Amino acid sequence: MKLKLHVWRQNGPNDQGKLETIDAPSVSPDQSFLEMLDDVNQTLALEGKDVIAFDHDCREGICGMCSQVINGVPHGGQDRTTVCQLHMRKFKDGDEIFIEPWKARAFPVIKDLVVDRNGLEKIMQAGGYTSCHTGGVADGNALPIGKPVADYSMDAAECIGCGACVASCPNSSAMLYTGAKVAQLAVLPQGKIEAAKRVMAMTEAAKENGFGNCSNHYECQASCPKGVDVKFISKLNREYMKALVK
Amino acid sequence: MILDGKCPTGPIETSWDRHRFESKLVNPSNKRKYKVLCVGTGLAGGAAAASLGELGYQVEAFCYQDSARRAHSIAAQGGINAAKNYPNDGDSVYRLFYDTIKGGDFRAREADVWRLAQVSNNIIDQCVAQGVPFARDYAGYLDNRSFGGAQVSRTFYARGQTGQQLLLGAYSALSRQVKAGTVKLHERREMLDLVVVDGVAKGITCRNMVNGDIESHWGDAVILATGGYVNVFYLSTNAMGCSVTAAWKAARKGAYMANPCYTQIHPTCIPQHGDQQSKLTLMSESLRNDGRCWVPKKTEDCEKPAGEIADDDRDYYLERKYPSFGNLAPRDIASRAAKEQCDDERGVGPGKRGVYLDFADSIKRLSEDTIRERYGNLFEMYEKITDENAYKQPMRIYPAPHYSMGGLWVDYNCMSNVPGLFVLGEANFSVHGANRLGASALMQGLADGYFVIPYTIANYLVTVKPGEVKADHEAFKASADAVKADIDKLLSINGTKTPSEFHRELGKIMWEKVGMARSDESLKEALKLIPALRDEFWKNVKVVGTNEQFNQELENAGRLADFFEFAEILAKDALNREESCGGHFRTEHQTNDGEAMRNDEDFCYVAAWEFKGAGVEPELHKEPLKFDNVKLAVRSYK
Repeated sequence: MKLKLHVWRQNGPNDQGKLETIDAPSVSPDQSFLEMLDDVNQTLALEGKDVIAFDHDCREGICGMCSQVINGVPHGGQDRTTVCQLHMRKFKDGDEIFIEPWKARAFPVIKDLVVDRNGLEKIMQAGGYTSCHTGGVADGNALPIGKPVADYSMDAAECIGCGACVASCPNSSAMLYTGAKVAQLAVLPQGKIEAAKRVMAMTEAAKENGFGNCSNHYECQASCPKGVDVKFISKLNREYMKALVK
Repeated sequence: MILDGKCPTGPIETSWDRHRFESKLVNPSNKRKYKVLCVGTGLAGGAAAASLGELGYQVEAFCYQDSARRAHSIAAQGGINAAKNYPNDGDSVYRLFYDTIKGGDFRAREADVWRLAQVSNNIIDQCVAQGVPFARDYAGYLDNRSFGGAQVSRTFYARGQTGQQLLLGAYSALSRQVKAGTVKLHERREMLDLVVVDGVAKGITCRNMVNGDIESHWGDAVILATGGYVNVFYLSTNAMGCSVTAAWKAARKGAYMANPCYTQIHPTCIPQHGDQQSKLTLMSESLRNDGRCWVPKKTEDCEKPAGEIADDDRDYYLERKYPSFGNLAPRDIASRAAKEQCDDERGVGPGKRGVYLDFADSIKRLSEDTIRERYGNLFEMYEKITDENAYKQPMRIYPAPHYSMGGLWVDYNCMSNVPGLFVLGEANFSVHGANRLGASALMQGLADGYFVIPYTIANYLVTVKPGEVKADHEAFKASADAVKADIDKLLSINGTKTPSEFHRELGKIMWEKVGMARSDESLKEALKLIPALRDEFWKNVKVVGTNEQFNQELENAGRLADFFEFAEILAKDALNREESCGGHFRTEHQTNDGEAMRNDEDFCYVAAWEFKGAGVEPELHKEPLKFDNVKLAVRSYK
């Protein structure tokens, strides 16, 4: 296949940035999207040109490192698929593809398609844990947890922290990301104890780090590569209300 | 030199307890005076940094990713072993110890493995307390599944993403310590040198991957938890950024590299599809609980769709060869068996390098929904990559490089031969011998990080004065200058081949000559080809861009330069080890039916290599292995 790429090039957070058109002349349908970019970069490198910078690591859809908006949609719009798991068979010969970085005030561009997602770290550091220290905990079976509760918690824990929810949201809200962690821990007996403190601290950190609020567009769920459900945002709101009246 | 692992003597059942009691302690008010650097934030590094921070040490943690949560432990799918014996099926600390020693083909230290088995139960408790959503049954109790090399169900899991959930648990503990101010995180940093002062590890030099700054960081101890090196094969199941670099920089400063030839080739990966491929994807070993491996009995059937081959014409080769373990034979054995079938021209799929992993019987027995609940995410991943539906037709799988049992040499305290340098998890060589059993990597990473290093590091720290050497010491400047010189050299060559072209070529040599089957001849060829390619690399590599920018080409070139030096040691170790054991298979040393043949008389030792410079003969140091609790025997899974 022959493709025409329009790739966002930006040299640092203060650079203006622009779309650059680059040809991808021989793309195999079995290649992943990132392997296609690898090829393009090989050609650029051999011509002595600056290669396209993009974040990636595990290339099996779990590390959450890859972060590209493809044709306007984070991760390219395939159901529950990260960029690294997107394959070129989903495109056809002659396609023009627009490739941009996550766009959100909270995610300044480092270079080209690479952004700084440190704001997400700050939310987690504010309270995304149970305050247990290593050692001295009870036997794993001492606290039976019903299967539906364990499954609900696991559904929330699927989040890979890529930030697609933020990138797709008109408000750059991190509510799905935050809600997933709040919900995972709030339903478990070992996480309930600190639930109120946690939800307050995490939402406060989200605000402080430039993430907006939720206005029910649900773009986050649509673009989430793990299909994390917006019901966890509702859960976040309920936990927040409970904490407020405490 | 004969190395001493400093293992406790006496009855093994009490060895760790006695060692803990005899270890020195750092008084709580003195802990904050010590600074510990921890490189890598996967299960071992993340757990270590969090646990040491909780104890009150000043910890600084480093990772090359943009977040500590992205370390490659996250990709582990199947599960984590523990000797809980919840299913009442006969498990015990002793059995887990025994299975691990036997699984490793009698090439690991007994005392280290015993400790691992002993603390395995604490790990599960710890993770549950952190809120890790392990699979549970309807009564609310923890569920188990089976893994290779064991006849009990001792594997705890969280769907098909156990590594992710355990890592997020460690990451949450780490995040808590960052908030508490005991741990400082440095993301997007790559360690490019170990700083050694008077023979003692005192810090690291690293590159800030965003702006190219070369940074000096001092510490009273340095922990490397930097994972494995199988990206030396280019195509592997490791993440793209996984490299030998941090470990190799330590080796260049005197740390010994132990058993580098023990590499694990995982039997169930998605076969390679073309030359442009950048990595291989694992399909969890847990699939072998319900999937049956087979190939057509007749070569002419290999082109036919699987559904058209009658049951009688299928060779369920693992069940045939290993009736008592069947599809759950250990990884090294299952991988070689798959290779054997393909070498026998009975492989399937493009290029005929593949075997079937078939779920039809299990779907009939249990229903498609049950299989979906157990492995849904794996089937989805398989479909995304291959465009095939594994509920309707069997998966095609083939072995791929996955894990390294070898690594930096450490003593029982997880300290390398360089005092002050500790090595944890996959980066060290300690517990898996010549073959790692499934679900044991997660166990080792967390054991080392949560329950070993917090005790053993104190034993060392009491011997040093906190903050004695800081970053203003001349050794740091010398190290930074050397790192800069290496980077300048890479950038100045301006040749005609990119780092990734060289990496592919190196990988091809390693896979063909030093891969699943090795011979005297193939290894000697590799030892000619590797240095030649390395020389070409240093004359003809083209690295675009500058140091003072976000530069992935430069990162790749630097990692590859280390792989080039390391690859030679790996091949040398494989050549030296004139026996077959676990993942190391020398074609000259096999039984009549093609099984690995050990030579306990001459090779029952750990081979620890001292690097003396590229192209210079490394020196071999040996640590003899003693088996007092498990009888050295021929490993049989028949």
